[in-house]
Amino acid sequence: MSARDTVLGKIRASMRVPASDDDRKRTVAARLAEAPRGIIPQRAKLPKAGQLELFCAMASQFGATVTRVSDYKDVPAEVSTYLRARNLPAAIRIGADKRLKTAGWASEKTLEVRHGASDGGDLAGVSHAMAGVAETGTLALLSGPDNPTTINFLPEHHIVVLKAADITGDMESVWTMLRMTQGKGEMPRAVNLVTGPSRSGDIEQTILLGAHGPRAVHIIVVT
Amino acid sequence: MELTSNKFKENAARALVDLQLQKALGNVEKGFIGKRQKSVDALPEFDALRDNARDIKNHVLAHLDLYLEEYERKVLAAGGHVHWAETAEDARRIVLEICQKAGARTVTKGKSMITEEIALNDHLEANGIEPVETDLGEYIIQLRGEHPSHIIAPAVHLNKEQVESDFRRVHTHLPEGRDLSEPVSLLSEAREVLRQRYFAADVGITGANFLIAETGTSVIVTNEGNGDLTQTLGKVHVVVASIEKIVPTLEDTAQILRVLARSATGQDMSVYTTFSTGPKRADDPDGPDEYHVVLLDNGRSAMLGTEYQDMLRCIRCGACMNHCPVYHAVGGHAYGSVYPGPMGAVLTPSLNGIDETGQLPNASTFCGRCEAVCPMRIPLPKMMRHWREREFERNLTPLTARYGLKAWAFFAKRPRLYRLAASFGMPLLSLMGGSSRRFHSLPFAGGWTRHRDLPAPEGRTFLQAWAQRETQKQEAGQ
Repeated sequence: MSARDTVLGKIRASMRVPASDDDRKRTVAARLAEAPRGIIPQRAKLPKAGQLELFCAMASQFGATVTRVSDYKDVPAEVSTYLRARNLPAAIRIGADKRLKTAGWASEKTLEVRHGASDGGDLAGVSHAMAGVAETGTLALLSGPDNPTTINFLPEHHIVVLKAADITGDMESVWTMLRMTQGKGEMPRAVNLVTGPSRSGDIEQTILLGAHGPRAVHIIVVT
Repeated sequence: MELTSNKFKENAARALVDLQLQKALGNVEKGFIGKRQKSVDALPEFDALRDNARDIKNHVLAHLDLYLEEYERKVLAAGGHVHWAETAEDARRIVLEICQKAGARTVTKGKSMITEEIALNDHLEANGIEPVETDLGEYIIQLRGEHPSHIIAPAVHLNKEQVESDFRRVHTHLPEGRDLSEPVSLLSEAREVLRQRYFAADVGITGANFLIAETGTSVIVTNEGNGDLTQTLGKVHVVVASIEKIVPTLEDTAQILRVLARSATGQDMSVYTTFSTGPKRADDPDGPDEYHVVLLDNGRSAMLGTEYQDMLRCIRCGACMNHCPVYHAVGGHAYGSVYPGPMGAVLTPSLNGIDETGQLPNASTFCGRCEAVCPMRIPLPKMMRHWREREFERNLTPLTARYGLKAWAFFAKRPRLYRLAASFGMPLLSLMGGSSRRFHSLPFAGGWTRHRDLPAPEGRTFLQAWAQRETQKQEAGQ
């Protein structure tokens, strides 16, 4: 008997249930199909404008910095300003996301734009988030050529562009959005939910930023 | 690790006089309790979410076989591999084989209690593969050859001076005169050293906080980002997870996440919650080429349908130990088992048998704080009591306790005799208590009075006091 059959057999023996029980199977199938939303906290139930405000407030509370621009063409200047203010080299890493690629980086003459996955040598990376969750100020980022996962973790500074229209009240709404693009039950290789910069409290419970991931997360909301 | 739970008393006695440890343990109360309370107070729905989280897991446990089958189907569909392991030994063998097939010389590891449970590091080392712990706390204790003393804060038993001396001992390639006096400089040094290890590793091993049946996804919840670097940069990602980590859907995961971080660190959300589904896709520029899940039973299936089933709802937040007066006093190592604190006192006997672990369910004052803060509403004291009963049934309880209980039971079953004895005993003990109203030493109770006084009885029995109270009430009512 395979280890699989042994383990499943032991579970069924302990539960005193047969392997084929149509009632139980129907229950499981229904739960997976319906994916009930459960309890959504009141603070996440806001009109669209309130969601933007809450997102910015929560993201700041958890250590990210947030700025707003009114158009994608303003993103390159905002990125340059951020790098200059922190004395960082004028260089960024981006993926193939069209919204980033066509933002008009040529306007920033001294800015070097590298493309593709990060190799660990970048001090700043720019990603486009798939969504933002107002309830906790959380960013949702998807893996793939548009926004390689390594950009989320290797650079010291992670700059994330987020469309205001993609901000939802709660995490459950991100799953609804994801099912519309990926299909029910399907996921990209990685979905990263990011809430503020990397941190650790492992030495004497002192909270420090920049443990292994980015020391700083800067969010540019395109309204 | 070697199980030394039956030396809990000796371990605890040593811990109580270890000044370094006692200083570090102060950080547990300081670091966890207030933060949890603040984040819980800010969410009015917290208790309703706890109920729902409990219900979700109960539903999973009642249908665990079917959800595991569905989960496996989805992992395979996403191009991943699923390995079933009945025992810790099976899991070790499976992970080693995956590493050997990948030609691995070093593997990086994200923080995972399950790989502690199966003693994976020792097994890899014995077979010529170097495991590198990348979580800051895990890295520190690996340098010291220790085991985690807390399930989410593995190095909470240490002070920064100890970490400094370990870094100076091991990082000999760095300048001697460097300043390592503050936690921030220690963190920066670990970050630099470990950065190189991620790129050099062939395999990345993580645990999982959740396995989602709907999508075949494994989820890790972290703050440092080391787990993500571990699983993104290696050619092979191995997830080791126990069978009860299953949740049905993404929505169910969101529900439990709302109680997890708040209960653990008092955060609304941990910094990184990562959902991984299968290996690198055709057009992915990064991510692992292979994705393996090792599903471990190791005694859990035998807990289903028993009085210990509720323990399988545990999401390893650590709130029970953060709020436990016994844990505060002695720290995690005294328990002599992989899982310390109240959750360990219930889980360890289930995994290792009560013969070897009988002192753990007794290492509790039954104050009930663990159950009061448990996000999954696990009745920990009740289950510890079940283990004490089992221990008693099997004659594992120490003789003095057995005779004491027998003597008490003799009187308790004879109420008149009990009252008579008490009505003589109480005034006598009261008299012996003297003017200080305390005993500084008592025969047969040296274990108590050596460290603290015992308050003397007030002279009357409870029943006498009660009768008097009732009489007074009646008189007042008339």
